[in-house]
Amino acid sequence: MKSLKVSNLAFAYPDGHQALFGVNLELEKGERVAVLGPNGAGKTTLVLHLNGILSGSGDVEVAGLRLDSNDKNNLLEIRRRVGIVFQDPDDQLFMPTVREDVEFGPFNFGLRGEELKNRVDWALNQVKMLEFADKAPHHLSFGQRRRVALATVLAMQPEILIMDEPSSNLDPASRRELAEIVKSLDITVLMVTHDLPYALELCPRAVILSGGVIVSDKSTREILMDEKLMNEYRLELPAGFDPKLIS
Amino acid sequence: MPDSHQHGHQIGDHLFIHRHTYIHDLPPHLKLVAAFSFLLIAVLTPASNYPSFAGYFAIVFALIIAAKLPIGTALKRMVVEIPFVIFAVLMPFLGKGPFIEIAGLTVSEPGLNAGISVLLKSTLGVLISILISSTTNVRDILHGLAHLKVPALLINIATFMLRYSAVITDELHRMKTARESRGFIAKGPRDWKIVAQVAGALFIRSYERGERVHLAMLSRGFNGQMPQVSHSSAKASHWLQVSVLPIAALFVLLIGMYL
Repeated sequence: MKSLKVSNLAFAYPDGHQALFGVNLELEKGERVAVLGPNGAGKTTLVLHLNGILSGSGDVEVAGLRLDSNDKNNLLEIRRRVGIVFQDPDDQLFMPTVREDVEFGPFNFGLRGEELKNRVDWALNQVKMLEFADKAPHHLSFGQRRRVALATVLAMQPEILIMDEPSSNLDPASRRELAEIVKSLDITVLMVTHDLPYALELCPRAVILSGGVIVSDKSTREILMDEKLMNEYRLELPAGFDPKLIS
Repeated sequence: MPDSHQHGHQIGDHLFIHRHTYIHDLPPHLKLVAAFSFLLIAVLTPASNYPSFAGYFAIVFALIIAAKLPIGTALKRMVVEIPFVIFAVLMPFLGKGPFIEIAGLTVSEPGLNAGISVLLKSTLGVLISILISSTTNVRDILHGLAHLKVPALLINIATFMLRYSAVITDELHRMKTARESRGFIAKGPRDWKIVAQVAGALFIRSYERGERVHLAMLSRGFNGQMPQVSHSSAKASHWLQVSVLPIAALFVLLIGMYL
């Protein structure tokens, strides 16, 4: 079964600005896919559709369950299945301590007591932050906060993990640590990013979103080596980075 | 933002004085109940009942010593009371007659009594607050209030304030640094316009952050109710123990009345 199936997804904001013009995207279970594209291409709008925060026309299916934003229980189950890690961890971590924040999701989905505690410990362990469980988020470094943000989502045991600019503002060591953690997870990942080397490292496949449609969908390496495509969609590799040299 | 970036202190963090004492370890909601009932009795005591107030102060200082709080620190923290002190000192001079003469000064008698009353009661209130805030984490105080069935909405607002005060203060500092890096230093009323614009920008940023936080909450299944996972519990014996404080206050009150 596919983890995610998006068909003909279109959306216009109330002010009339049309952000998505029929997006089609399928992710197999366990696949890691990067979403590339210039600013204003509709990447964030697409992400917010995948768990029903925004709803346009077209279909979103998560592990076989079709999103129905009029059905509260359906919406809740979709939100459990789709875990979004937002760009700014200070937006995601709103509780006074790490543990309480990681509890938030599973608590909303009905976990209590020992089961809740075990789940939180498990999720924090996945991102190697268990020893910081009782710390306040503002006592953590930025990289640690991003890892905790990832744990808050993993604690819901989602079908698919969606990460919005996971490497932004991270120093190189934190960036590498996060990549190692993502690789260690047995989960479907959709990663929105401008960091092309990161996309190449983590995601075998990439799609380019531009002007509200998917304009390219192939292996990340092929995209990065296609100079014409890269120029057309304002995608650029860091100076001196040659994808041919990466095995 | 570099990785080493750390936020400033959470409000109230610096007030907590870490010790292992009986008072520190009491369940927070019981501390709050005991403190509140003690203050209620103290506030209802007529200010002219000096022996009772002497008793109340003795009890509070005994508690401060029992909590192993440095007296100097406790006294320093009392500066928050200064506005009340000024008000209390002015009262005898602003009140109406009958007037009496003390040390060559003509003062209003009801004003003098009211001033003394404000001074005694506010000092007790401040001391008890210092005692609570030095022996209880802000987080535990909120848990305690939730345990006492204070409306969840109020607790949530305070919890968010606790989490985001540091984030917003940081934002303010960064804006200040950016401003000063371009040669701006507030000198007088002429610069108030800039300061007001900064306040406006900060408000809008915080408002937008609020919207993003809400999105993140919805994405994790938020349905209007914050989880209240209770981390503390109290035994009947604890209730019995903390009831000693208001009972002692009542005792002091009665003795004071018959002296």
